Formats: sequence, structure tokens, C-alpha cells
Amino acid sequence: MEKKATRQAYGEALLELGERYPNVVVLDADLAKSTTSIKFAKAFPERFVECGVAEQSMMGTAAGLATAGKICYTGSFAIFATQRALEMVRNVIAYSNLNVKFCPTHAGITVGADGSSHQTVEDIALMRAIPNMRVVVPADYFEAKAAIKAVAEIEGPVFIRLGRLPVPLIFDEHYEFKLGRAVKLKEGKDVTIFAIGLMVGESLEAATTLAEEGIETEVIDVSTLKPLDTEVILGSAAKTHAVVTAEEHSIIGGLGSAIAECLSENLPTPMRRVGIKDRFGLSGAPEELLKHYGLTSEDIVREAKDLLQRD
Amino acid sequence: MDRKKLRQFLEEKARVLRWDIIKMTGEAGSGHPGGSLSAADIVAVLYFYHMRHRPDNPKWPDRDRFVLSKGHACPVLYAALAECGYFPREILWTLRKFNSILQGHPDMRKVPGVEISSGSLGLGLAAANGMALAGKMDGKDYRVYVMIGDGESQEGVVWEASMFAAHYKLDNLVAILDNNGLQIDGPVSQVMEIQPVVDKWRAFGWRVLEIDGHEVLDIADTLVEADKTRGQPTMIVAHTIKGKGVSFMENVVDFHGKAPTKEQMEEALKELSKQGPGAS
Repeated sequence: MEKKATRQAYGEALLELGERYPNVVVLDADLAKSTTSIKFAKAFPERFVECGVAEQSMMGTAAGLATAGKICYTGSFAIFATQRALEMVRNVIAYSNLNVKFCPTHAGITVGADGSSHQTVEDIALMRAIPNMRVVVPADYFEAKAAIKAVAEIEGPVFIRLGRLPVPLIFDEHYEFKLGRAVKLKEGKDVTIFAIGLMVGESLEAATTLAEEGIETEVIDVSTLKPLDTEVILGSAAKTHAVVTAEEHSIIGGLGSAIAECLSENLPTPMRRVGIKDRFGLSGAPEELLKHYGLTSEDIVREAKDLLQRD
Repeated sequence: MDRKKLRQFLEEKARVLRWDIIKMTGEAGSGHPGGSLSAADIVAVLYFYHMRHRPDNPKWPDRDRFVLSKGHACPVLYAALAECGYFPREILWTLRKFNSILQGHPDMRKVPGVEISSGSLGLGLAAANGMALAGKMDGKDYRVYVMIGDGESQEGVVWEASMFAAHYKLDNLVAILDNNGLQIDGPVSQVMEIQPVVDKWRAFGWRVLEIDGHEVLDIADTLVEADKTRGQPTMIVAHTIKGKGVSFMENVVDFHGKAPTKEQMEEALKELSKQGPGAS
């Protein structure tokens, strides 16, 4: 299966946005090569703002640019964008619903060798909690590209979480992203796996394994965590009565929490959360780390079977 | 207007602002009068003389922008906006109250004329950088003025943003340091020394001018001079007195974040009225 990192979508989407919208401005904090915003910088140097290693200043600058009618895209590593600069994002940008799109890359533990200081496992939790903020976690390159482009038309702040690790292509270039829509990738009646990011690919693999054992699995890509597609989520849970969530993020505050919040209030459903269990990251190869933290298709299969047997 | 008349005019406007600051915070029972009073003369010169703006069209794209980075001093900003006609003056007396547009710290979505929501210290200069940069990108000749507090200068992002402004040669940007020497916990020099500020801003690539922040003609002349700067941003270090204009509030740390009592309010208003024509 062909693989591509979601961060690759960033630079390429920005190039198209630059052509289409004269008011798109891109900011980065000395990571333009890593985030791939360098592509935009080369094509539109007059609309690219290098901020240096100063994420707080970058967010403030983006806010000021937005008040003058610019659509700002800010790049950095997810940990610095959402944590070093968190209060600027909250107090200046989100509070006033300013038009800034946060598309940080290198999210999760699959940054790999850089280790814990560069691995964010709590960014979704932080962004979800901020009023006005929309939260998107694309499953693959095509979904990432479509989302980055689509949000230019949406007024206000949006967080799009991108990764460094090449992950399987699930969609194609015709995919249309719609903010707030969960995408059913596979129909099933026995158990639902709600997944985000690279765990969508793992979930599809898990579904294949489960099918071999006669378990029909529904797989849903919850690419928009906020606003949550409660209709699709509740509809699937009402059908399968068994839910597994899968995310490369802490089980506290991320997808697992969002689904649990939705289900427990509307349709209490037995569920299991596959994700990082309240721990920091570690240096290592991405594949080693995914295994170590229990983020593989086998982990999803185990949780799903465990859940079904319990009933 | 000749200079004597201009001086009288601006001093009267500053008196209006001071009167309103006292009345607003007194009525609210909370707020930050000290740093509002220290900034009153500078804000008066900006809004009633120097800046190009249209109260009947707050979002006019070519307007000059004023960013109050030390957002807790919003009573002075609200008073200026009301006096300019951005909103009716009666609204001033709703400061900090439930359902008022006048939040405890400025909200750009609620108050016409507020350029950016502020209050969390240190964020205004970076936002002003963005506004100034947008002006350059769009070939517009508007100018951006941003007021920073001296205590606020302890925030690291102020210095990140100062590097940015110099790096991008934002000569359409003027920062004004309200150097009143006091912050919540005491004198700035004791809490966390920021001096020598003139040397610091110069070392960060700014043109630095120094003024008495209560001499309206000095302020007006220096703003004109700052607008002539080319190739770098300008910092005006304004030496001011916290609580300026009300004798029992001047240089009193407590009035940083404490409103006058009703009795103190009446006393202060009486004192201000005696200083010359202005609001009442």
C-alpha cells in the first residue's frame, strides 16, 4: 500500500491556496523545511512570514494579520504550536474568533527518534477545550490536503493535526472534506471502531483481521473531532452496541474522551479506548513506538474481541 | 491651531479621560485606575490629534491602529473611544458589569474601536507587528501604535516581538512604553528590574525616543518625529507617573488594581474639576 505523510499535504495545499487566495499568509517558526511550508515560501515569498524560533510571537503576529483581513496558516511542530503558544492561541486568536489556521506537523509519538520533548500526546485535548476552536485530524495525505484547503473558507480558528510518518493512502484526490462530517469507511454490525489520524489505517487492518474471525466491523474516520458528527457516531453505536476508539494521542481528552462524552450522555455503550495511557513519549523508531504504546492493529483487534466477549 | 490652543485642547481632553477613568472604576468598584491615569495624556494626543481614524466607521481599512497591550488600562481606552463617539458615553458607567460591552479587559468583538482583544500581558506588540506587516503587504500607509507597560516588559514575548519588528523593518510601527515605575507587587525596580530600557530597545534594533509622558505638546511632537523614522520601528519611552492627576493616587502602588471608594471617587472628581475645564 502506498504511503505518504500528512505533512506533505501541507506545503502542497498551501501552494494551491496561494494561487487561489491573494490574502493567504503563511507563518512558520524556523521549521519551514520540516513542515513543508517552504514550498509556499519559495512560490510566494512576499506572503511568507518567517518568525524565527518564537512561537508565541508568531501566534500574536498571525492574530494581527488576521485583523487586517488575512487568512493565516501557521506551521510549527504540534507540541510547540499548541503548548508553548497555547495562551496566545486561546486569548488572542480563539477568543476573538480570528481567522488563523493552525496546521502543525510532527504530532504524536511517531516523530520517533527526537523523543518526548518533541512528541505531543495531549494537543488534541488542549485544542478541543478552547471555545471557537475547530479540531481536525486527517487520516491520510488526501484527507489532509482537502481539509487544509477547505478550511480557508471557514471563518475562525481551526486546528489541523499533521504527522511526519508516512501512512497508508486511504482516500484519493477526488475526496471532498467537509468539516464536522465523520466518514464511514467500512460497514459492519458487530463492533464500531472510531479512529483518527494514522490509527484509521490500523483500524482498517484490524477490521480485516476481525472479519476472518467472523466479526463484522464498522470503521469510521472521525476526522473532525470538533464539531463532532454525533449523528453518525450515535447511529453506528446504536447498530453495533460495541465501540472501540483508536488514536495516537492520550486517551485523556482526545478521541476516546470525545466519543465517551457523546455516548454516555446519549446512548451509553460498552467501549474501549486504544491510545496512549497517560504517558510521555520516548525515542525510537515510529514502528517500535507504536508497538510499545499499544497502537497497532493487533491492539485494536485484542480490545475489540475482549469487548465483545465481555458482553 | 496655535500651540497654546492645541495644548489647552489636549489637556482638556486628557482631563475628560481622567474624570471618566475615576468615575468608571469608582462605579464599577474594581479596575485599574493607576495605569489608566498614567497613560491618559498619551492616549488623548493619539485619539484627539495624531491618529487618522473614523469613529463612524471603526473598520475603515486605512485607519491608524492603536493597540493597548497593557489591556488592564482599558478605562483610558474606553473613555477615549466614548469621547470620540465610537459608542455613547453612558455605556462607560457599565464597565465590568454583567452584559456590558466594556469587559474588564478589552474585547475587539464587543467594543467598536478596539483593535485587538488584550489583557493577558505581552501579546499586544506581536499583534501590532501583524497589523503593521499587513499594511506593508497591502501597500497601505496606515500606522500602528502600541502601548506597553513597564511591568509588562517582563514578559518574554515582548522581546520576541521586538526582534520581529526590527527584523522586518516595521517603520510604520510605534511602540510607547508607559514607564510609570510601578506594578502590582511594588516598584518595577524591586519586582524585576527592566532598566536600562532605552539601551535594551536600541540594542534590539529600534529607534528610541524619550519623553515626559504628561507633556501633551512633547507627546505630539515626538509622535510626529516617530512617524519620520525609516527602516526601523520606533520606541517612545514615556516617563509617567502612576495615578497622575489625582494627588492621593499618584505613585501609590495600591491603585494599580484597586478602584477608588465612593468617597475617594468624589474627592478625585472634585480635584480634577478644579484643574480646569473638562468633563463633569
